[in-house]
Amino acid sequence: MTTVNPTPLALIAELTHRCPLHCVYCSNPLELQSRGLELSTEAWSRVLREAADAGVLQVDFTGGEPLARRDLVELVRAARAAGLYVSLITSGLPLDERRLAELVNAGLDHLQLSFQGVQEDAASEIAGTLALQQKLQVVQWVRAHRIALTLNFVIHRQNLDRLEEMIALGESSGAGRLEFAHVQYYGWAFANRERLLPTRDQVDRSVRLLQQAEARLRGKVRVEYVVPDYYAKYPKACMGGWGRKLMLITPGGDVLPCHAAQIIPGLRFENVKNRPLQEIWDSSEAFQKFRGEEWMSDPCRSCDRRGQDFGGCRCQAFLLAGDAAVTDPVCTLTPKRQIVDAIVTAANDAPPAELPAKLDWLYRPNPS
Amino acid sequence: MNPEMHAQPRLAPGCRLSELNRGPRMLQMPERALRLNGPSLEIVERCDGKHTVLQIISELQKIYSKAEPERVEKDILGYLALLREQGAIEFAAEDAAGQK
Repeated sequence: MTTVNPTPLALIAELTHRCPLHCVYCSNPLELQSRGLELSTEAWSRVLREAADAGVLQVDFTGGEPLARRDLVELVRAARAAGLYVSLITSGLPLDERRLAELVNAGLDHLQLSFQGVQEDAASEIAGTLALQQKLQVVQWVRAHRIALTLNFVIHRQNLDRLEEMIALGESSGAGRLEFAHVQYYGWAFANRERLLPTRDQVDRSVRLLQQAEARLRGKVRVEYVVPDYYAKYPKACMGGWGRKLMLITPGGDVLPCHAAQIIPGLRFENVKNRPLQEIWDSSEAFQKFRGEEWMSDPCRSCDRRGQDFGGCRCQAFLLAGDAAVTDPVCTLTPKRQIVDAIVTAANDAPPAELPAKLDWLYRPNPS
Repeated sequence: MNPEMHAQPRLAPGCRLSELNRGPRMLQMPERALRLNGPSLEIVERCDGKHTVLQIISELQKIYSKAEPERVEKDILGYLALLREQGAIEFAAEDAAGQK
């Protein structure tokens, strides 16, 4: 029997790992790719056409800070010319009014602005730089154009107690969409997990507040949120399933099934410089490795939820259980759940108020 | 009459029809896309800030002349409400749009 591969729907294009922020939960790998390795404008333009031909509907230009690429306007134009819906995921720091107008004229559909908090000092501690005032300025500039605006708040132990203020800021901003993303523990966030993982009370309270905001703003502002999976009963359908909907291309052109996949030992990733994107998606070893259900062992193999969560996250299985092919240890149906339980218990034994005011963060640096 | 009958829906910022030359037409918006079939495409194409809800209904009643007119109206109002809840369309007031 031949298996028909799923069609990729979205491409996450990490244009660069350069960034003016140094967030302690950055989703970039610990080993950052240097500027010299970055794909050229021509290579990205070709890749965007290949992505559209493979079925991709939308591209998310992200980084690092995608605005650090001087050719970003050209890349937006190339993506629109290929027929893609174009989102820019940005800190907003290197943006000015003129460059925004150029991006909109080139066809930008949607700008997602990240917020580290609602107070300059606290947000700066997380991002390692001052940023809040500039972000609020960017919101005003974007509102002068007819593009979609999302405010994205990354939430965690250190800022969850100010969630109401974040919701209020989002509501008054005029953005059509608000995203509240609990930190996910990979890479930099994994290294800083002890200081980022919220208590159960914080999580419960945040879910209540976000449900209320979602109901109150329905039809006016879309409120979306991600629950921290360490507190969930079942794992998340990471990336909508391995090699099922999404792919990510690194600044240097490696094609990955997710942000963190490079941490899994023994997986080889192919590069867009050497092979057409469609082939990489369809038949490369990395994409085939955990696609479908063949790789699953129990409890996933016989579980009714396997078509829903696809066994959870492979990177999390490796990070927590040391084996990328086992059930995500977040799942309460696996004995490995005790690993997560121990982490959660430790987090709840040290309430946030008892933590020192200044923490010893591991900041994400800039690539050499 | 329902006051919204004279409102002129238009696509919200960042919502647009797909420009790909293959597959079904899609209404694209941040992180989502709605697949459009015959009638839903015809409705979305008329959410241009010029057609009133009433005009959209009457044009589709002509296209689907074999269907019950009341049924067509009900379906269109339902679909517009869905698009609005999804944040895909907004209703410009008749006078405000007329000033453009």
